[in-house]
Amino acid sequence: MTTFLQQLVNGLSLGSIYALIALGYTMVYGVLRLINFAHGDVYMVGAYVGYYLSRKLQGREPSFVSALLVMLGAMVACAILGLIIERLAYRPVRRASRLTLLITAIGVSLFIENVAQLDVRRYLPDWIFGPDPKFFPSLAPHYEFVVSGVHLTSEQLTVIGVSFLLMILLRFFIMKTKTGKAMRALSFNLDAAKLMGISTDWIIAVTFALGSALAAAGGVLIGMQIPKIDPLMGIIYGLKAFVAAVLGGIGNVPGAVLGGMLIGTSEVMVVGYLSSTYRDAIAFGILILVLLLRPQGILGRVQKEKV
Amino acid sequence: MRLRSLVWAAAAAMVLSAGGCGKGRTTDEIRVGEYSSLTGTTATFGQSTHNAITMAYDEVNAAGGVLGRKIKVFVEDDQSKPEEAATAATKLINQNHVVALLGEVASSRSLAAAPICQANSIPMVSPSSTNPRVTQTGDYIFRVCFIDPFQGGVMARFAAETLKFKRVAILVDVRNDYSIGLQTFFRENFKRLGGTIVSEQSYSEGDSDFHAQLTQIKSANPEAIYVPGYYTEVGTIARQARELGIPSTVPLMGGDGWDSPRLWEIGGEALNGCYFSNHYSTDNPSPVVQKFVKDYRDKYKQTPDALAALGYDAAKILADAIQRAGSTDGPKVRDALAATKDFQGVTGKISVNSDRNAVKPAVILKVENGKYVYAATVNPEDVKM
Repeated sequence: MTTFLQQLVNGLSLGSIYALIALGYTMVYGVLRLINFAHGDVYMVGAYVGYYLSRKLQGREPSFVSALLVMLGAMVACAILGLIIERLAYRPVRRASRLTLLITAIGVSLFIENVAQLDVRRYLPDWIFGPDPKFFPSLAPHYEFVVSGVHLTSEQLTVIGVSFLLMILLRFFIMKTKTGKAMRALSFNLDAAKLMGISTDWIIAVTFALGSALAAAGGVLIGMQIPKIDPLMGIIYGLKAFVAAVLGGIGNVPGAVLGGMLIGTSEVMVVGYLSSTYRDAIAFGILILVLLLRPQGILGRVQKEKV
Repeated sequence: MRLRSLVWAAAAAMVLSAGGCGKGRTTDEIRVGEYSSLTGTTATFGQSTHNAITMAYDEVNAAGGVLGRKIKVFVEDDQSKPEEAATAATKLINQNHVVALLGEVASSRSLAAAPICQANSIPMVSPSSTNPRVTQTGDYIFRVCFIDPFQGGVMARFAAETLKFKRVAILVDVRNDYSIGLQTFFRENFKRLGGTIVSEQSYSEGDSDFHAQLTQIKSANPEAIYVPGYYTEVGTIARQARELGIPSTVPLMGGDGWDSPRLWEIGGEALNGCYFSNHYSTDNPSPVVQKFVKDYRDKYKQTPDALAALGYDAAKILADAIQRAGSTDGPKVRDALAATKDFQGVTGKISVNSDRNAVKPAVILKVENGKYVYAATVNPEDVKM
């Protein structure tokens, strides 16, 4: 039983990371009907920005303040990256067919992954990612709590806590603010929203910035917990987060959170009780099942096609 | 118009460079190829090996070369990926026309390149691939290190007889031939010596979250955990194990895949008291070892790990074989390599047996505050394979 509870905690902390990334997928899909394949790589860049920022802070005692600074720094940097990607890659082709947009997204993703692997240490020591994995220094102080045999580390609690806090903030933003309302209007009908005087370019940019910032938070959190990061880490995390978004109902914010938790927990349970080789098979198996039985996702609504 | 002249310039450049290539073939140097993991998850393996090979051939060339000719090394980076290793071997053989290949550290990558060397009758000497299947590829494939059955057996013997452990858990990399090899022979030997394997968990190279596996291992309450993986994962596993409350009195144990200066950087204090089997120890007072350690430190400002020592031995043995063969002909070099006997290398006296493997002792090292301290030596005759 203790083992099971421990696995549950492991699963929830992994699931919160998936959920944070899934939110970005789902938000962008909501407003643009675009699967932003570069999103996983934005998450990777977030982890790296966090890594370099925390190296700048190294030597100081690990504290929650420095952890917070690192996370905010990474979020701001990735929000800007999200804006740049949207402006340079997606906006010029927004009016083209959806396939063009999708292929552009794949191109952006490959571009980021390969630039991150460039090995130019000779010219720019320390500031280029390079293909070798990097390891996060400890950012926040480390505590351990034992609750009836279950080990809770401060890292795990931080991951779960911060993720939930960010998700609640996002929910508040979307439901209560004017920009959030405009976002919902866009996802409902982009052209009508434009006719109502909503600046669609601005709202889409905000959506990208927000989603990218959340992914960056996920990157820093995974760095604190795992603590290994590498230039291709975004691929598999991005894919699983995408599965999570589809599972919960793509375009649906609470659905992405639920999907992330489900994927994370089931993955940990599979590794713990079956075999690590089935780790990824399960995530994608679930995806196929959901698509067969409930194509709109668990919390998704059926949308009638308007012709 | 400008475009057209550009195209012509490019074509001319290609012709010129091709001409340069052809010219190189007729010069007097002996071309040796090296493919190694200079980047990627096991980058330090490739870098150490590469440094040592460079050093070995600088020494050989300074002493007049082999057969009166200088040795020139052509290097290809395989980015720690098996498919890239195959590409690298093909390129070295077909484009650079090397007479022999040195590589790789990882068994999975040696296994990818070995069939290509065999098919082209180009001898290949692996410095440190320990999986038995590597040299079974064919009679052109050699190695200068011991093999997994021996290494797995060494640690089983040390755990059962010296540390008196009865209950051990295993965490194996299922996508890695090396790791599976060590695990299989550790399990067999440990059971024969009266021990029990209380839990067997797996991961895949490149994974970074091991909480689920370690939680299962913890619930089985082992006295030690055998983790025959590579340093990147091992360091991460050690940290996560301690975080999950597996006490530091339960050591992690492993093989030569741990041997990297980065292991401590990644795992830190979590690794204190852990053991791994290795090819040599820098504490060895033998003058051959001490001279090698000193030269390497002078040249590269770091302590040579076992991969450097093996890279050095592989390079020297190959040079020695070419000298004895009196030719750079593939079959002749192969025969000379197969006849290697009692070659005094940095990692001990090396003889090549009929399976083209090296026979020699192993050492056990203990991790103590970032240093790898000598703990024991296990001889080939002590271990049943």
